[in-house]
Amino acid sequence: MSAAKKVFLKGNEAIAMAAINAGCRYYFGYPITPQNDIPEYMARHLPEVGGEFLQAESEIASINMLLGAAATGVRVMTSSSGPGISLMQEGFSYLAGNELPALVVNMSRQGPGLGGINATQGDYFQAVKGGGHGDYHLIVLAPHTGQELYDLTIKGFELAEKYRCLTMLLGDAILGQIKEPIDPWKPEKTAGDPDREWLITGARGRQPRLIKSLYLADGEMEKHNWRLQEKYRRLAAEDVMVETRHTDDARLVVVAFGSMARIAKTSIEQARAKGLRVGLIRPITLYPFPTATIGEISRQGARFLTCEMNTGQMVEDVRLAVENPGQVEFYGRPGGSVPTPEEILARIEETYQD
Amino acid sequence: MKQIFARPASLTGKNFHFCPGCHHGIVHRLVAEAIDYFDLRERTVGIASVGCSVFLYDYFAIDVIEAPHGRAAAVATGTKRVLDDRIVFTYQGDGDLAAIGTAEIIHAANRGENITVIFVNNSIYGMTGGQMAPTTMLGQQSTTSPYGRDCQRDGYPIKMAEMLAALEGPSLVARVAVDRPPNVKKARKVIRQAFQMQVENKGFSFVEVLSACPTNWGLNPQQAVKRVAEEMIPYFPLGVLKQKDVVDVL
Ligand SMILES: Cc1ncc(C[n+]2csc(CCOP(=O)(O)OP(=O)(O)O)c2C)c(N)n1
Ligand code: SF4
Repeated sequence: MSAAKKVFLKGNEAIAMAAINAGCRYYFGYPITPQNDIPEYMARHLPEVGGEFLQAESEIASINMLLGAAATGVRVMTSSSGPGISLMQEGFSYLAGNELPALVVNMSRQGPGLGGINATQGDYFQAVKGGGHGDYHLIVLAPHTGQELYDLTIKGFELAEKYRCLTMLLGDAILGQIKEPIDPWKPEKTAGDPDREWLITGARGRQPRLIKSLYLADGEMEKHNWRLQEKYRRLAAEDVMVETRHTDDARLVVVAFGSMARIAKTSIEQARAKGLRVGLIRPITLYPFPTATIGEISRQGARFLTCEMNTGQMVEDVRLAVENPGQVEFYGRPGGSVPTPEEILARIEETYQD
Repeated sequence: MKQIFARPASLTGKNFHFCPGCHHGIVHRLVAEAIDYFDLRERTVGIASVGCSVFLYDYFAIDVIEAPHGRAAAVATGTKRVLDDRIVFTYQGDGDLAAIGTAEIIHAANRGENITVIFVNNSIYGMTGGQMAPTTMLGQQSTTSPYGRDCQRDGYPIKMAEMLAALEGPSLVARVAVDRPPNVKKARKVIRQAFQMQVENKGFSFVEVLSACPTNWGLNPQQAVKRVAEEMIPYFPLGVLKQKDVVDVL
């Protein structure tokens, strides 16, 4: 990281600036609150660097424009929220089947339906378990600060290229709207390898290439699917990201991601001040999930309290990761509310056993 | 000896899988001839749609991206915005373009997106086994209009070329047929012009081709071309509906 001067930015703007600094020159999207700062920033600043911003007629169109651009190998992104992300699910499935790298930002909003525009984590299942058809995954990154929005946007492009997968940056209205000082560092690498053997460029002096997801010949579909699964296995082996705090001696470990983790960080310090041995596990990659880290810590015999801004989604993955699912408690509130550190602290005290 | 006929270099030579009397094969050839004519093979990207023509990539010796059903014009937009010195065309059926992909085609046309669209209107869903399309004729039987298309229930056969010609964006909008040699000749010329428009950066070009699907019409190939002439052409009139100035290359 260079020691550049910090800039004071909204989370949404931090993402957009990071994308441009990461070499992203194409953005396709359709307006929706609470992420409009991203397309607005791109519309203003992409032309300054020779890039192109295009407002699509729908999220269905924007994800397919992204597909068409990603096939050429450039860094390309879109962003949306709730209803728009739902419309993109068909496209996500095709990007997965076609093995195309790109970045999508979900500044999630409350649902179901038109819902509300405030913070929520109700889209965990949709992001991590699929949403589109078929046996596929997105790489899902869950930042919890402005700087991390910036850093993971850059990382998101790199991971997408490493695995030929779509990366989703999963945030919410709190993260998108809070203004924080950001170090706007510039990565060295701002493009994928131009020699990748699948890039669609026009068949000049070489055999024609094909980007497709249809496999009808005997056995081909299964082979393709196993190949995708092999990628996901490699992803889980090499690129899980997780933050742990005070877990060495913890009797109770809070598991939380994104905005909820940020709130919970205050709660665990309050608990420590009261002499309770409480720790935190913060998954940064929601897919691949930090199953091994959680499993290891669970073998110390600690209890777990999964905290989410939904009625219990990630907790299913925590229960699968721990040695004994009985160790895991849940605290959550659905879309429409944001818990205070004190509410979580109260739940910590209730659950805690020395 | 002078060679007067050969397979276009833009076709791979793989035998078409299309049914006997299907017009997709003729349209493929005309598109390949246009690509050859302007020597575009090595800088063309084809966008295959979902329908009987999805295997475009087996037949064209060019780079191809397979689009989700109906989304070819959006995919082409993304590709063309990046590769603006390359030639990008979509090849779509009437289910793909005129039903599920209506929004994508209208907005690509309205933006004047500098792509070429080949729209095969065979008044039926071929690949899925003969269901009603938005272009199915009134009274025409299909597996989902077994008593014939009824305007009260199903609306009217949609005239895509006329709709798109009403927009400012397109440089060329035309409807052709390939039911008999004189029409094939006209279709060859118009498809060539559609690619020329893109080469000259004039923006969105669109050619609707009235085509036969003998299999799902339940007709033999001779009856099928007769139907194109007697039932389809009177309702879907042939001709150039809109054209920005172009130098005649023929
Ligand atoms: C989202 C979605 N819905 C439905 C289908 C099934 N489907 C495949 S092709 C097709 C229609 C094909 O008809 P057309 O576009 O007219 O092309 P043709 O086969 O006649 O050339 C349909 C409905 C699909 N692949 N994807
Ligand atoms: S089903 Fe119809 S459109 Fe499809 S290949 Fe056969 S004749 Fe052609």
